[in-house]
Amino acid sequence: MYVLSIDRSIIDAIVAHARRDHPDEACGVVAGAVGSDTPTRHIPMDNAARSMTFYEFDSMEQLRVWRDMDDRDEEPVVIYHSHTATEAYPSRTDVSFAGEPGAHYLLVSTREPDSEEIRSFRIVDGVVTEEPVRIVEAGVDPHAVQSYMFGQSPATVDYECSGR
Amino acid sequence: MAIEVRIPTILRSYTGGAKVVDGAGDTLGDLLVDLDSRHAGLRGRLVTEAGALHRFVNVYVNDEDVRFLGALDAKLSDGDSVTILPAVAGGAFGFAAAAAISQHSAAAAATSSHSAAAAATSSHSAAAAATSSHGAAAAAVSQRSAAAAAR
Repeated sequence: MYVLSIDRSIIDAIVAHARRDHPDEACGVVAGAVGSDTPTRHIPMDNAARSMTFYEFDSMEQLRVWRDMDDRDEEPVVIYHSHTATEAYPSRTDVSFAGEPGAHYLLVSTREPDSEEIRSFRIVDGVVTEEPVRIVEAGVDPHAVQSYMFGQSPATVDYECSGR
Repeated sequence: MAIEVRIPTILRSYTGGAKVVDGAGDTLGDLLVDLDSRHAGLRGRLVTEAGALHRFVNVYVNDEDVRFLGALDAKLSDGDSVTILPAVAGGAFGFAAAAAISQHSAAAAATSSHSAAAAATSSHSAAAAATSSHGAAAAAVSQRSAAAAAR
């Protein structure tokens, strides 16, 4: 089964980006070494659509960033965007566009002012599969992680839900 | 000399896994026909049935987006480098609004223009209402309290 393991510091940076651009959708990439499945380099991208309901990478910025990843032997391990008024689940538009079968599609919902919903998905050939997100706390025992798991069979305990 | 074409991961099934292939043609359209003769099916992933460049991909000639160079009519010369990338786009509007829009032939490609996205914004509240039932299934995580609990 797939899982996204990602450092707390990167999640915090993604959430900060999403909050900064709210109510417009925010988007970006977290690059990592090819084949490592480990996101290490956070790259916030412009939302060329500057919209509350749509996001689109600027094609020229994307070319620069993708070339840069190529030069560093990296690939887009995570592609993220925010939904600002709806849940963090891929829309039909998200699914039609999903063109990186190896990437974790991370969605952050900022519709609640003081909490974020963070979920991750694989989108391959139009099929959406949710996966757990393991947030790794830096500077502590690397095995001490929190698991977030939504809409999954209970292989892992749901951690710290707000009870809403 | 030939034209070097960089193929994204998602289309490498058409090139036997090759990341870079060579092709020939005076325009991007010609190049894609040439590539399709050796990598059958590739062109169909890049060009719509109506004969336009697909919305889901970005194609560049050297450092330029071909949408600014005449799209499939973009002129090519030997030694040019063509890069294909999956366009990265999406967003919340897809839920109910896209379904509604897709019933209008004028917006057959609901995702094909920003104006479609803008139009969808006006029906945004309807879309939000439609998705709220899905949303109920997902518990919101309090980042703050989760972080506090971790300490």
